[in-house]
Amino acid sequence: MTAPDRKVAGYGAILLFGVVGPFLFPNYTFQLAVLWIMILFALTWDIMGGQMGYNSLGNIFFFGAGMYICAVVQIGLYYDVAEYTAHFGAVKIELTEDQYFTGLTLGLIAAAVGSTLFAVLFGWTVFGLRGPYFAIGTLGVAIAAGELVGTWDYLGGGGGITVPIYPGEPDERALLFYFLCFLFAIFTFVFLKWLYRGRFALAINAIRDDEEKAEGMGLHTLRYKTAAWAVAAFFLGLSGGLFGNMIGFIEPLEVAFPTVTFGIFMVVMALLGGKGTLWGPILGAVVFHLIKETTWTYMLGWQWVALGTLIIVNIVFFQQGILGWAQEKWPERFGLVVEEASEDGADDGARREAA
Amino acid sequence: MSNLSLLAQAPVLNIQLLLDGLFIGAIFVLAAYGLALVWGVMNVKNLAQGDFVIMGGYIAYVLSIDLPVWIGIPEGFLWLPISEITFFQFIKPAIHPIFGLPVAIVLMFGFGWWIYRVIVSRVVDRDMFTSLLATFGLAIVLQQLLNLLFGPEVRVAESGFDTRFLFEGLVTVADIKLISFILTVILAGIVVVFMKYSRMGQAIRATAQDRRAARVMGIDTDRVYAFTFALNAAICGAAGVLISMIWVIQPYFGLAHSIRAFVIVTAAGLGNLPGVIAAGLGLGATEQFGGFVFGAEYQQALVVGMLILVLVIRQLQQRRHRQAVI
Repeated sequence: MTAPDRKVAGYGAILLFGVVGPFLFPNYTFQLAVLWIMILFALTWDIMGGQMGYNSLGNIFFFGAGMYICAVVQIGLYYDVAEYTAHFGAVKIELTEDQYFTGLTLGLIAAAVGSTLFAVLFGWTVFGLRGPYFAIGTLGVAIAAGELVGTWDYLGGGGGITVPIYPGEPDERALLFYFLCFLFAIFTFVFLKWLYRGRFALAINAIRDDEEKAEGMGLHTLRYKTAAWAVAAFFLGLSGGLFGNMIGFIEPLEVAFPTVTFGIFMVVMALLGGKGTLWGPILGAVVFHLIKETTWTYMLGWQWVALGTLIIVNIVFFQQGILGWAQEKWPERFGLVVEEASEDGADDGARREAA
Repeated sequence: MSNLSLLAQAPVLNIQLLLDGLFIGAIFVLAAYGLALVWGVMNVKNLAQGDFVIMGGYIAYVLSIDLPVWIGIPEGFLWLPISEITFFQFIKPAIHPIFGLPVAIVLMFGFGWWIYRVIVSRVVDRDMFTSLLATFGLAIVLQQLLNLLFGPEVRVAESGFDTRFLFEGLVTVADIKLISFILTVILAGIVVVFMKYSRMGQAIRATAQDRRAARVMGIDTDRVYAFTFALNAAICGAAGVLISMIWVIQPYFGLAHSIRAFVIVTAAGLGNLPGVIAAGLGLGATEQFGGFVFGAEYQQALVVGMLILVLVIRQLQQRRHRQAVI
């Protein structure tokens, strides 16, 4: 097989698994859907953390924002949101199929657009911060959002909101949300693959390598940084709106703005796979999700301790990630076999030399 | 917001809030000083700072309760099956939590040393995000372990002291708050004197100024780092003991304490002890007034809001020094 053939075969296998997966393992449909969301998380974190060198700990903010925006749009189209949340789920929303899907579509669009707007808005505040200050500042934004939403009665406060119920069979619902997750993850991947080909990727890589010099060369760094964050926010908002509907219940601290779970998972997944590459975050997400589910099953009660330990071990001993390690071990493989990886590999090597 | 007019009508309430803010703020200063120490000397930003504080608090809590302890002794020792282990139970008597102070200092010093050897020594030379993330992972492990050990309930180490009434009973000051304030001042004094006059303190300061030069002068900088981190853990442990007596502890409250320490150090700047003291007391008072005016449910949001505010102000100050494209 020649290289392009192998590439086509690889993509085909992944797509095939994505389509057939829920039918092969019907009991794991939800887990597989979460896997695609995780891949989306890792990919979007890597735009900033890997490609641009801005390590955010608060990207989860856009996930939660999208979730709430989507829910409010879905409910607000047909009901009074304040009145609905005041009853804490005691009032059930009865929607026809048409109403439900119109609400879901509009809600997801609003979630993505709203999160993007938030990114532009907060970009002004946080992008003056560098290095660890940026990480802590973004972490602060995410924690503050969770706490504030928890006291906001219009959004149901700490009690949360129940999203409209899907008007159909549960199996059908699970499949619908699975395929939406799958679609969004693929959409993210394709968009980023396209994005990393062009000038934009060169610009944000320049910011990562030396921001002052990039600015000196005439790059409008603030604009690029905001754009990169907006792209991440767009997809995170989309996934947030979807995830809220998949879970069926939204709550500020554990579901919408889980800073110490999903918020840190996305960082760890990208680092585990190898940051600054296109495939690294995907690989990391798959491995991490497998480990996570295994510890959940076999180490119940200790799962968080196990995951925290995994984070420490990953950061301390294995920061280059799986792909980074492979590139060091077999550089010629990444130079010869796959074209994209050779680009990534070359630029990764350059970065390591610079550092 | 209606509470705001209450403050104007009854000025004596301001005194109450201010006093409470100072008592709690003094303890924030301790933890923040530890953070500034580690940050300044080894350039590690410790996000597990608050969890060290909470650990110290649980040490005092464990001392202050009657704790049943089981000891299993296998009959005839090791070659018998496990079912024949007999368990003896004895009850560890309650000790006043103030004695937790030396215990926590010693235990946390050892713990800090161990954490430095196992984790921090491996990230100390790398970029700052690495240390931040590694200590964040440590914070998650610690809070989960505490949760497994003690459960998610909010705890207080009861000191059993009296409460004083000032201004005809309008202002209450618990004796334990006064004692803890005095202890805080003494502890801070000891640390400052130690840093100034002891050999190790001088070595720490020398290493902070120039690590290479310090090594050339024969200072074992690795040992200095280990000592600094252990000292920080001990300071946090002491702060935790005091917090558990005058406030509350809970496994997940650590992150808020970490953020408080960051707010204080960022606002004051490194190596600025008067600034740290002012910022810590100010944060304590702000939290008390904010909690009173907006309601207690906003307290966490207030702390994080202060962080963002401080970062934005710092950024505006820095803008003059940087020719950024606006």
